[in-house]
Amino acid sequence: MLDATPLDWAWGIVLYWLLLAGAGLACRRHARLVTGLLFPLGALGALAMAAVGLAGLALPAGHFVLPIGLPDLPFHLRLDALSGVFLALLGAAAFGVTVYGAGYFRSMEAGPLALLALWYHLFLAGMALVLLADDAYAFMVAWELMALSSYFLVTTDHKVPVIRKAGFLYLLIAHVGAVALLLCFGVLQGGHGAYTFDYMRSAALTPFWASAAFLLALFGFGAKAGLVPLHVWLPEAHPAAPSPVSALMSGVMLKTAVYGLLRVTFDLLNVQLAWWGSLAIALGLLTALYGVVFAAVQSDMKRLLAWSSIENVGIILAGFGLTVIFYADGKGGLAALTLTALLYHAVNHAFFKGLLFVGTGSVLHSTGVRHMGALGGLIRFMPWTAWLTLVGVLAIAGLPPLNGFVSEWLLLQAFLLTPGLSHQYLNMIIPVAAAAVALAAALAAYVMVKFYGVVFLGQPRAENLRHAHDAGWPERLGMAWLAAGCVLLGLFPSVVIGWLAPVTRLLLSQTLVNDGNWLMLAPVSAERASYAPVVFFLVVVAITLVVFFGVKRVYHGRTRRAAPWDCGFPEQDARMQDSAEGFGQPIRQIFSVFMRVERETPDPFDAQPRYRGDSRDKVWLLAYQPIADLVAWLSAQAGRLQHGSIQWYLIYSFATLIFLLVFTR
Amino acid sequence: MNLSFHLQVINLLAALLLLISFAMLSQRRVVGLVTLFAWQGAALAASTALVAWSTGQHHLYWSAALTLALKVVAMPWFFYRLVRKLDINREVEAVLNIPTTMLIGIALVIFAFNLALPISQMAGTVTRSTLGIAMACVLLAFLMMITRRKAITQVIGFLAMENGLFFAATSASYGMPLVVEMGVALDVLVGVFVLGIFFFQIRETFDSLDLKHMERLKER
Repeated sequence: MLDATPLDWAWGIVLYWLLLAGAGLACRRHARLVTGLLFPLGALGALAMAAVGLAGLALPAGHFVLPIGLPDLPFHLRLDALSGVFLALLGAAAFGVTVYGAGYFRSMEAGPLALLALWYHLFLAGMALVLLADDAYAFMVAWELMALSSYFLVTTDHKVPVIRKAGFLYLLIAHVGAVALLLCFGVLQGGHGAYTFDYMRSAALTPFWASAAFLLALFGFGAKAGLVPLHVWLPEAHPAAPSPVSALMSGVMLKTAVYGLLRVTFDLLNVQLAWWGSLAIALGLLTALYGVVFAAVQSDMKRLLAWSSIENVGIILAGFGLTVIFYADGKGGLAALTLTALLYHAVNHAFFKGLLFVGTGSVLHSTGVRHMGALGGLIRFMPWTAWLTLVGVLAIAGLPPLNGFVSEWLLLQAFLLTPGLSHQYLNMIIPVAAAAVALAAALAAYVMVKFYGVVFLGQPRAENLRHAHDAGWPERLGMAWLAAGCVLLGLFPSVVIGWLAPVTRLLLSQTLVNDGNWLMLAPVSAERASYAPVVFFLVVVAITLVVFFGVKRVYHGRTRRAAPWDCGFPEQDARMQDSAEGFGQPIRQIFSVFMRVERETPDPFDAQPRYRGDSRDKVWLLAYQPIADLVAWLSAQAGRLQHGSIQWYLIYSFATLIFLLVFTR
Repeated sequence: MNLSFHLQVINLLAALLLLISFAMLSQRRVVGLVTLFAWQGAALAASTALVAWSTGQHHLYWSAALTLALKVVAMPWFFYRLVRKLDINREVEAVLNIPTTMLIGIALVIFAFNLALPISQMAGTVTRSTLGIAMACVLLAFLMMITRRKAITQVIGFLAMENGLFFAATSASYGMPLVVEMGVALDVLVGVFVLGIFFFQIRETFDSLDLKHMERLKER
């Protein structure tokens, strides 16, 4: 076993997960066995997978042919640096989430729990296989395995009609995307019938066919990643799924789409055109802004996080577009910078979004409420969950010294370096794009203030919240792992960038110039910009301590507990606090054009007035409803053929017969 | 007897077939229709036997015997019984009036002859000139199915169509292999019995064998 390559380990772990999935099915009567043994074992596999991914980053690419599948069509597997970074992401995030799940799922009944364990491990195995696949056949099989297992995970509570509907929508869009991917691979093989990625790398496509392949890939992977307007399934599926599943889907599964897009564009295609990048930037920014605006007006906490995932995917996609532009323009160093930034952001998002989703899971578990209007003040009753979630909130809001800041800062650096481009219009337009990225990042911070403030701060909005219990130990451990990831990725960016260097070397044959050292990050050059997170962190800690002890010395020492934010008004109660709807109201006013707002305003004489506001996406009405109507209309027209009278049916056959006789003569 | 005399007789029988097809198209009573169907079968059997004798294709004797047994004896007997049992020997309502149907039929015959011209030039059989008639029989039977309302006339139309196809096979290539013909014959026999059972079921459900009652079955 000592001379086993990382690839051997990787598919070994995939097999191990498949075995665990089978074991899950066998444990239909032993719920304790599933949560007490299977999930921890699965988590160990995830940890090993993270190590394999890191090893794959450092070592040269390995190939392997798995003799399964159709005759003459074995599975080709390959582990290179690009797969390595995403496997590391998968393993590290899945470890935290699975450990969390070992505690979270304890309250489930044995039967559904066994099925959940089956689909959960199949899902992990499917995602890993997507990253390992080295031919189109294996890729599509893994892709479908991932889509189907996650569909069953989303519909875990399939007795609820809304959840079934959300699951169906997800399945539908996943398959529309899969069809586009199938066509994309069809274009990539260039009419020679060889579907291994090795062959596709060597196939020379004309710019027209390369563009066709790129657009199909953008559509197919965009459907999985939640690109506007293919995002509609995301805000429905994430609230429907159990929280650890949402965490995996948002944190890891969306990244497989990013992986696929990078694989196709930079590895399989041998030309890259600048206009692809412009298109990707435009779509990415649209997605980012659309996502963050809708996140700001949500009042369901998981739906809010789902929209925030859409925003992050948009930012990653904008970074991808910029990479393509730089690379097509021959600016390899800058392309390496943006690629690093977007990979970094993908990893970061896996950690903080995973953390936030499992955090909301704990809240949901102990209060049974997803609607933020019925939460509040939970920091006093669930301190572990609240403080660990705070780390995620600060990270996603992009505050230094946490990880969200690093990747967004790198990306903005890249955007600000565009004046070197040879294309004039791009030079002028991209600073505007940089402003849009900054706007999205700022609004994301606003969204997170709302999320954290309404759920954890203030006074409890319902009486039963006072009895909310904190998360158990496995949950705390899982959240702590993810939070530690957020902190460490934020504190040691130079190390992480060193790890990412093989990927940029693989895809762009160039690495990012880091002028700093392990303490200080200085992309491009130290004179231009540098960032030393550890120093920053120490200064923040030092100032906090000085202020804390200074105040303690001066202050008389008696601590008084009062309702927060009462501004000296003693009659303040929980109902007078700012609500989720109220916090998002300015955004809703400004962007009301894009929304369909449903409001229930209370009667003035109502003793227990309730206000409910719901802002829905107009894309559904504008893009999907017409298609659905058209299909319904067409089928109604086709339904006219059905007369019920046998004479008419005979006339149809007769006319067809005459027609064929006349025309095939 | 020389070949041309055989050919003349075969052509005569073919003409009879066509004539019977037109007669079926204009027949208003079910019993009359069954009788015509039996005569059509007889003409078919006779012409097949004649082709077999004149060309030495011995398997065609079997086909002729099969046709005689099934289409001249068994099925007409079955239909007479059915008509008596179900008491449906009333006038057959036609969707179109008979003269119009006949005119359409004439147009179809012209079309069939026109269609068969290039094919019969390619075929190497002595009977190739009757191919047009065979196709016309198929189309006329189809037309009869379209223009009639009663379930039993549909079945007879279907069988008449099968007669036409059989005749086409005989005239274009001296028939299909015997195994295929026996298979088809068995299919037809089973189909007729199944349909006979269906007639009873339909009548029990709708109190009538008129197909317009079945229009209610369509999806709304």
